[in-house]
Order: sequence, then C-alpha cells, then structure tokens
Amino acid sequence: MTNISVEDITGDAPQQEPITDWKQYFSFSTDHKVIGIQYIVTAFILFLVGGIFAMIIRGELITPESDLVDRSVYNAMFTMHGTVMLFGWTFPILTGFANYLVPLMIGARDMAFPRLNAVAFWMIPIAAILLMASFFVPGGPAQAGWWSYPPVSLQNPTGNLINGEVIWLLAVAISGVSSIMGAINFVTTVVKMRAPGMTFFRMPIFVWNVFSAQIIQLFGLPVLTAGAVMLLLDLTVGTSFFDPAKGGDPVLFQHFFWFYSHPAVYVIILPVFGVFSEIFPVFARKPLFGYKIVAISSLLIAGVSGIVWVHHLYVSGTPGWMRLFFMLTTMFVSVPTGIKVFAWTATIWGGKLRFDTPMLFAFGALILFVFAGITGITLSSVPIDVHVNNTYYVVGHFHYVLYGTVTMGMFAAIYFWFPKMTGRMYYEGLGKLHFWLAFIGTNLNFFPMHPLGLQGMLRRVSSYAPEYEFWNIIASIGGFLLGVSTLPFILNMIGSWIHGEQAPKNPWRAIGLEWLVSSPPPVENFEEIPVVVGEPYGYGKSEPLVAEH
Amino acid sequence: MDSSIISEESDHLSHEHTHDEEGSKMFGFIVFLLSETFIFLGFFTAYIVYKTANPDWLPAGVSGLEVRDPAINTVILVSSSFVIYLAERALARHDLITFRQFLMLSIAMGSYFLVGQAIEWSHLSFGFTTGVFGGMFYLLTGFHGLHVLTGILLQILVFGRSFIPGNYDTGHFGVNATSIFWHFVDVIWIVLFVLIYIWQ
Repeated sequence: MTNISVEDITGDAPQQEPITDWKQYFSFSTDHKVIGIQYIVTAFILFLVGGIFAMIIRGELITPESDLVDRSVYNAMFTMHGTVMLFGWTFPILTGFANYLVPLMIGARDMAFPRLNAVAFWMIPIAAILLMASFFVPGGPAQAGWWSYPPVSLQNPTGNLINGEVIWLLAVAISGVSSIMGAINFVTTVVKMRAPGMTFFRMPIFVWNVFSAQIIQLFGLPVLTAGAVMLLLDLTVGTSFFDPAKGGDPVLFQHFFWFYSHPAVYVIILPVFGVFSEIFPVFARKPLFGYKIVAISSLLIAGVSGIVWVHHLYVSGTPGWMRLFFMLTTMFVSVPTGIKVFAWTATIWGGKLRFDTPMLFAFGALILFVFAGITGITLSSVPIDVHVNNTYYVVGHFHYVLYGTVTMGMFAAIYFWFPKMTGRMYYEGLGKLHFWLAFIGTNLNFFPMHPLGLQGMLRRVSSYAPEYEFWNIIASIGGFLLGVSTLPFILNMIGSWIHGEQAPKNPWRAIGLEWLVSSPPPVENFEEIPVVVGEPYGYGKSEPLVAEH
Repeated sequence: MDSSIISEESDHLSHEHTHDEEGSKMFGFIVFLLSETFIFLGFFTAYIVYKTANPDWLPAGVSGLEVRDPAINTVILVSSSFVIYLAERALARHDLITFRQFLMLSIAMGSYFLVGQAIEWSHLSFGFTTGVFGGMFYLLTGFHGLHVLTGILLQILVFGRSFIPGNYDTGHFGVNATSIFWHFVDVIWIVLFVLIYIWQ
C-alpha cells in the first residue's frame, strides 16, 4: 500500500472525456454533479431576471419624479426583485455548489437520497415559472415587498382568488419545500456518507458551513411555512390570523417571517464563508489559520442565528427589555464572524499571494463583507436602528452583504471550480474585467445608499425629494455598471465552456478530495472510495491526505 | 508519519466503510420529523400568543369546548402507539400474523380518532372564519388530522406490503418509519389536546 502525498495530487492527470452530453442537463438526472450544474445555471438565469428588475428600479430612481414606470409597477418591481434574487438566485446557486461539491469533498459517490435531490431541484424552475406567471393575472404580481407584511399583503383590490400575492405565497412555499428536502439530504449526506477516515475535523470548511447552514433551514423554514400557511388562509378563505381589522395580529407574522428570514442570511452567507476558506489557503499557499475554531464558529453562528430575529422588529412595538436582549444577541454574532475574518486575514498574512480571478473575487468580497459587517453592527444597535429603520441605510447594508459578499463570493466559487466542473479553463482577462466592473459597480451602487439613509430617504419609494438626487444618480450609474459587468462573465462562461483550454485535474494545486478526480469528474466520482488519513489545508506540510488501497 | 501506521488505519477504515442505506434512510426520516416538529411549534406558539393576549377569546355564544369525547379520543390514539409498537416487535420475531393483527388494530384506532374528530367538528357552533380562535382551532386540529390520515395510509401500505413474500425479511425501514411517524403524531396530539381542551 502506498500513500499519496500533497505533491502527488497536484500533478496533471490524463484527461477524461466529459461524463455527460449537454442534453443531460435538461433531464431528470440523479447525479449530484448534473443537479449541481442545473441549480447553478437556473440560478444564474434568475439572477439575470432579478437584475432586469433592478435596472428598472435604478432607472426609476435616477430622477426624483416617478416617471419611468407607474407606482404599482414599481411596487411589483422591488417585490419581485427581492423575491427572485433571494429565492431564485442566492439559495439555488449555493445549493448548486453544495450539491456539486459536498459528495466530492467528503469522498462519497453521490448524495444520500439522489432522487429526492432531483425532485428538490425541479421544484425551483416550477416555482420560478409560477412566480413569473403572476405578471399575467389580474392586478399583476405581488406588490407587498419580499417580506409580504400584512395588512398590506392582505389587500386584494381585484377581488380575484388567483392574485399576485397568492401566487407569490405558493411559489415561495414550493421553493421552501424544495429547501427542506435539500436540507434533509445534505445533513444526512454529511453525517452518514463521509469516506473512511473523514472525521468531522477532517472535513473541508465548505462542508462544515453547508452543514451548519442546512441545520438552520431545518428549524427555520418550517416556522416560516407555518406563518405562510396562515397568511394564505387569511387571503383565500377569510380567516383572520393577521388581519388587525378582524382581531388578528400582524406583528405575529413579522415574528414568523424573521424567525426564518434573518437566519436565512446565514444560510446564504455561511457557504460563501466556506468558499473563502477554500480559496484563501490555495492562493496564499498556506494552511487555513485556526481550522478547528473556524469550523466551530460556523456551528456557533447557526446556533445564535435562532435568537436574533427581533432586531427586525425594534420599531414594531417591541418592549424595551426584548430590544436589549436581541441587540446583545445580534451583536454577539459578530464574535464567531470576527473569528473567521481574523482567520482569513492570518491565512493571507505573509502568504505568497496570487491574484487570479477567484482570489480577486474572494478578496474583494471579503473587503466588502468587512464593510457590511460594520454597518450590520450599527444596525443591531437600537438607537441607530430606530433612526435609520426603513431607510436606504438598511438597503445599502444588506446589498453589501448580498451582492458585495454573497454574489461576489459566488462568482469566486464559479471561477475557482469552473475547471473542475467543465474540464476547461476560463479566460483570465475577461474574469479580471468582470471583477473590476463588479467591484467598482458595487461600491458606486450601494455606498451612496448609506448617506441617503442617514439623511432620511425611505426605501420602497418611487419618487423622492430633490436633495437626494445626487447620491441616487451615483447609485444608478453603479447599478448600470453592475448590469454591464455581467456581460464579460456570460461571454467568458459560454466561450470557455466551448473553446477554453483543457483544464488539468488540479489547476490550482489545491488540497481536497475533489481535486483528486479528473475534470470533469467521472459519474460515480471515485474509482475507489478514498481513505482519508490527513487533514485539509496542509499546504507546505507535505502530509499524506489519502491512502491508496 | 509512519506509513505502516497509515496502512493499518486505512485497512481498518476501509473495511468499516459500507454505505448503510437503511441507517441513512432512518436518519433522514428523523431529520424530516424534526423539521415537521418546528411547523407545529410555529402553530403552537401562535396559539399561545393569541390566547395570552386575549383571555376571553372564545367566540360569542361559546362557553367552552366539550372535553369528554376528545379525551376518550386521546386515550384511543395514544394507546395505538403501544399497539403499533407490539406490531413492530411481532415483525422482529418474524411473526407476520400477529404483526398484521396489531397493525389492523392500530389502523382501526386511528380511524376511530379521525371519525370522532369529524363528528366533533360537525357539532361545533363556530367555523374556520369565526375569529382567531375558530381559525386556530380548525387549523391545528385539521393539520394534525391530516397527519393522522397520512399515518393511517402509511400503516395500510406497510400492511399490504407484508403480503409480498420476503418483503420484510431483510429490513424493516418502512415499518419502523411508519411507527415513528405514528408516535410523533400522538405526541403532537397530547400537546395540542392540553393547549386547546385543557387550557380553556
């Protein structure tokens, strides 16, 4: 029996033919890699749809008057933009990467329940088509914002049973059921399918973070579902759970909503933290600093995420003691998060840094995340939140999280694992152009929202006072730049998938089981299940990672 | 690291590693029930919030809910948990006849519960849209009733599958999962019964 060292797995391997033809990506495949790419591509298409809505919003806001679209269309635009970007882009793309990578990273041949996995994926396009169909019902799509607060969401001026809000609830419910199926599958896969020797503390941080995020899905999503069912009953059969006019309690809906939807931020961002933890050691050629504490901090974030939701309700009549408690718990999230930022900084520190596109995106996303984290802490503080609540300050903060960190982080992941997924290298020049356009666009678009919010400009308005015009023009220019930044990305992905240079199995000289197999990996991943005898991130240590049978 | 140590470790580990499919299915099923628990917790929390905020929140003309028949129903449903457990034990002994008998008894007890609930519903003087109480009452009992119905259908399924020769020779995942689901439905009912009927 021989051992394979880190040096051994960094060499190029004989190329393998791609395992599937393109038609398979349109089929009910149970291969986790096909499903992963199905998720990623579907998510990106929905990202473009959500992006078009964003362009309309920024087009409307470039002038103080409401002149591009009428107000009901504008309301529908920000509602659908938020909904599509969250339920159509961030969740599915992260599920896509988790699907593709987790079995490979833990040395499994597939997910625990491959058919359930395929069913979960196909619910996403169904939900998306349903959501888009709401443009064609009387009254148009939902206009109550992505949080659907009653009593606004209970208004049904057309009087039709089939209305935008009902369709919205059904689409979100379908995507929620899909996510619960996914969560059951991921948690079971990580617990039950790890290769021999792959102890919990030998798992890559990406797997740790997917695992932690899916635990949040398991306890959070059902609670949102309970609230959504009650809202749907209010809308369709005339119950009065959340209707204040009939004795209901609309604030209770806010609790249901945020009990899940705040932790959902961690569901989205934890896998991105996992991506950072994979990329920084590779491009700094150093082991991840403080592996165990970084792993544990993910679980800690998942745990604390369940007791922070009331910071969204500081101005909803929440009693003082409750505001104090939730202010402290919210602030506490910055501790495990800060540990991660410290660990990444220490990993980069003194490393031999290479700024290929994945590293550029990861590094840029980290910088933007630090800024988002600082504004996040300010928002957790009751006095500041009371001042800027429902203003553009909040919008600026969460866009630094959701675009600056999550979306940029996902682009880092796409570039990093593109050679593994397609067997081709992407074009570096186009990748860098994409990064700089996106990085500059993000800051131009979302930074001005902070001064706007501090000055008092409310969110969700289609017209505003002329003194807000300057920052809005800058923000709109940034928004359009972000729109343009997507073009080199699309060109790059399509062009290199067809004509790109053949990728070796391990172009980045990375450590991890997914880099042991050919690019793209064969159908069942591993000819023989590897036996793991070393720890991840052993850069420069020359430790054996796996033993050969 | 000494390569002989690695070889021994890897030998040991690779023998140990066979994908435990039944174990994965059961683990996945329990995880699913955990998430189901959180849906019910959501509804229970809503009930408690509404009830504590409105001490006299029963609909006009309703002084309270009848407890006797639901209490009998509760005893029947909870007892069926023991019956399905006995069915499981019979199957473990490969005693298919007893297994079927206990399963039929459990199905009958579950059906008695459902019919009892339907009769109760038909006698009530308030409806789904009669204020928040009416909504919560029918939502909770109806959602739980759907679970009872699912449990009965699952039991009918495993009962039917027992007639396929050799079906339960190697593994009992379907039966064990059905049994766990039935216990889950019972535990939820106990909480629900206390909340709605005892805490009036």
